[in-house]
Amino acid sequence: MSLTMPEPEKEILRNRAALIDRLRHVVPPDNVIDEETELRAYECDALTMYRQLPLVVVLPETVDQVSKIMALANEMNVKVVPRGAGTSLSGGSLPLGDGILLGMAKFNKVLEVDYANRCAVVQPGVTNLAITHAVEHKGFFYAPDPSSQIACSIGGNVGENSGGVHCLKYGLTTNNLLGLEVVLMDGSVIRLGGKHLDTEFYDLMGIMTGSEGLLGVITEVTVRILQKPQTARAVLLGFPSVEAGADCVAGIISQGIIPGGLEMMDNLALVAADDFQACGYPREAASLLICELDGTGAEVDHLIERVSSIAKNLGASHIQISQNDEERQLFWAGRKNAFPAVGAIGPDYLCMDGTIPRNQLAHVLTQMQALSQKHGLRVANVFHAGDGNLHPLILYDANTPGETEKAEALGADILRLCVAVGGVLTGEHGVGVEKRDLMHTMFSETDLKQQQRLKCAFDPGHRLNPGKVFPTLHRCAELGHMHVHRGKLPFPDIPRF
Amino acid sequence: METLAPRNEQELEETIRMALANATPVEIVGGGSRWKLGRPPTGALRVSTDNLTGVTLYEPSELVLTALAGTTLAEITALLDENNQELAFEPQDHSAIFGLTDAAATIGGMIAVNACGPRRIKVGSARDHLLGFRSVTGRGEIIQSGGRVMKNVTGYDLSKLMTGAFGTLGILSQVTVKILPKAETETTLLVIGLQDPAAIEVMTETTNLPFEVSSFAHLPSNVTGAFGKELEGIAGQPVTGLRLEGPSISVADRTTALMTELGGSARQFETLVASRSKDFWRKIRDVTPLSNSRTQIWRISTAPSLGAAVVTNIKAEDVPVTGHYFDWAGGLIWLAVEPEDDANAETIRSVVEKYGGHATLIRANDDVRATVPVFHPQPKALAELTARVRKNFDPELILNRGRMREDL
Repeated sequence: MSLTMPEPEKEILRNRAALIDRLRHVVPPDNVIDEETELRAYECDALTMYRQLPLVVVLPETVDQVSKIMALANEMNVKVVPRGAGTSLSGGSLPLGDGILLGMAKFNKVLEVDYANRCAVVQPGVTNLAITHAVEHKGFFYAPDPSSQIACSIGGNVGENSGGVHCLKYGLTTNNLLGLEVVLMDGSVIRLGGKHLDTEFYDLMGIMTGSEGLLGVITEVTVRILQKPQTARAVLLGFPSVEAGADCVAGIISQGIIPGGLEMMDNLALVAADDFQACGYPREAASLLICELDGTGAEVDHLIERVSSIAKNLGASHIQISQNDEERQLFWAGRKNAFPAVGAIGPDYLCMDGTIPRNQLAHVLTQMQALSQKHGLRVANVFHAGDGNLHPLILYDANTPGETEKAEALGADILRLCVAVGGVLTGEHGVGVEKRDLMHTMFSETDLKQQQRLKCAFDPGHRLNPGKVFPTLHRCAELGHMHVHRGKLPFPDIPRF
Repeated sequence: METLAPRNEQELEETIRMALANATPVEIVGGGSRWKLGRPPTGALRVSTDNLTGVTLYEPSELVLTALAGTTLAEITALLDENNQELAFEPQDHSAIFGLTDAAATIGGMIAVNACGPRRIKVGSARDHLLGFRSVTGRGEIIQSGGRVMKNVTGYDLSKLMTGAFGTLGILSQVTVKILPKAETETTLLVIGLQDPAAIEVMTETTNLPFEVSSFAHLPSNVTGAFGKELEGIAGQPVTGLRLEGPSISVADRTTALMTELGGSARQFETLVASRSKDFWRKIRDVTPLSNSRTQIWRISTAPSLGAAVVTNIKAEDVPVTGHYFDWAGGLIWLAVEPEDDANAETIRSVVEKYGGHATLIRANDDVRATVPVFHPQPKALAELTARVRKNFDPELILNRGRMREDL
């Protein structure tokens, strides 16, 4: 593996026994894991190509315990890596050899559902899908739906600002939060937002969301829950070329239609998905769109008709409208299983996550084909086409020497391509360790330093999840320095009145 | 006081560097429509975004627009109108509340105050629509964050932080926002004659129905008089407005279904269609019903179902309330009170704290806004964190010093 992490600090390693002993006074002794065989379970998240045993794993059960652990870590100058369900695809919870792995899995309760204010107060270890399960009997749902929703935790969703297939219409995690409780590195507990809709002063909830565990530990989340639309229907649209599929995406959006979901797969991905679980996909199509429309019955019928006619005009070879909810679910089943399905033809795959302006879709797909040939690895494509978020899955075999490095190089090339056309490195999976060293393709050194200064406001000692997101670590004292001329300088020749 | 109006981002950067070198605190001014929001500025030099104007990117099919910070919302709205698109979060125009006639709100100011409107529950506020920005920080450095795409988690989401920061972290030079298609049509269903608690109940009930109602407001009888033709014949009675938007076929269906669901003939309903509905919501957005007086005005954000209780309890504490109304299904309270030196701040805030949320002093004269905290005071740990964030962007407190908090 070609990843360089911060050098373990000898002082921390030396104090391991004392740390473990003190942690056992903060949480029940069994909640401190220090045996190597048990630590193995935590050595990686869903980015399995990078592994590292943590110094120790702690599983707190109360906010007070989290606060004490953080204060202790602060006092002993020990690093902390927060972890939810460990489903990060970017290595956000990759352990550090000289860091406590703070597992939040025991925070697994739905604390309150408040239908009058359309929100649920949950602990961070509750899974994404469990929130919907807790409210669906009343006709509500929690909108962001990452593919890992059966396993991923809401705390992790906040940390990564997770998306899903319904973001185009319903937004990302950040648009579906009302409140957070956060424990800072010094052990202090702050509450941001609540059940009210607005933030005041700096939007620190907004900045916590997607901060990848670098700013604080989330101990409680208040999420918005939404009324399920009366009707949802999906239409499968197969096209003889990838370009025609991409054109159809642009066609739908530019007509002012905002589908609940708009997904695209190329032939390799759709055949893999259909093999994994037969869901009636047109296996001969070069690209496949799944377009879901939701709203009232009359509105959905009207929109389905418009979408079908756009597709027909662009030469769709297959148009199939779901006739009932089972069929709609079946259309989605293939898409939701696309990652494991591609994994099955793998043997390994690396999932990328760039976002591009929608009108660059056809261009980027063509270029990606060329890159795939150049590196000699196959790429299956699964996209959140509606919002331009690509998930190229690079197929490789980790047991073939050199192939992992080849996959990483192809991935980096694909992401550089995304940035070059006006896009970004990651749409929803986060930077973590995976895209850390590519941050300079999007940001200047000044940009990155300012982002790190923000971290300094939360964590001046760089104790919280260091080595993630930023390619170079700068000490806060160094970042805080500002060169100011103190002699009077003339104001420049700028229009004045 | 002198005003500098840089012509591009480099000049803006140079200006801030000079201000830093001379230790000259800077007041940032855009179109001036939100000048009276926050604490009174205390700078010795004004920096205007007047010369930073123009839409640099607008792709209707991509639902995205980039403009320099000083571009007026009037220009942007006109451009979006041509393509039947809009800023879906309906940014409040603050001219009405401050009695201004010649101020031209800018897109930079809109972001700086996190403007929003009656669709708050359904579509969020400015913070949910800012995709990326460029800015000169209080360190005199140009930074950018975000981008032009809808989904982006690369690095910290500084767009959220800049939105609502009143320029205290950086002067925005350019912003990129999400654009959405306008709804084909809209209808507002008015329920007549409800007192506050009953109105909150009806709005709450409506939020729990699958009819995609996009705005919910309640106007007590003493504020409905401020409406003209929208409420002709019913002014003087309390009115609860529920707004439905979308394709006409769907709006018609949902309006009928909603009426049935809310009790059918047992209630008195009226409907406002198309432009009358739009005008109704514009006045609610801009606080028109309370603007035309000399009162102090508070903006209270609380859990929607608790809106009526908050107002009742504020009145029970003998705060001289002259008028109020609810937006966001009760979650936003606009409250007008007789002017007093302390603006009744402690009493109002102690009630709000009991129910959760915050109270912002929006309209009061400069002396009052200089002595009474305009923004709701924060608990200690949070207040300290806020100060650290501020100083990491602007160590010398050179930008809009004191605009948000006396010591910042």
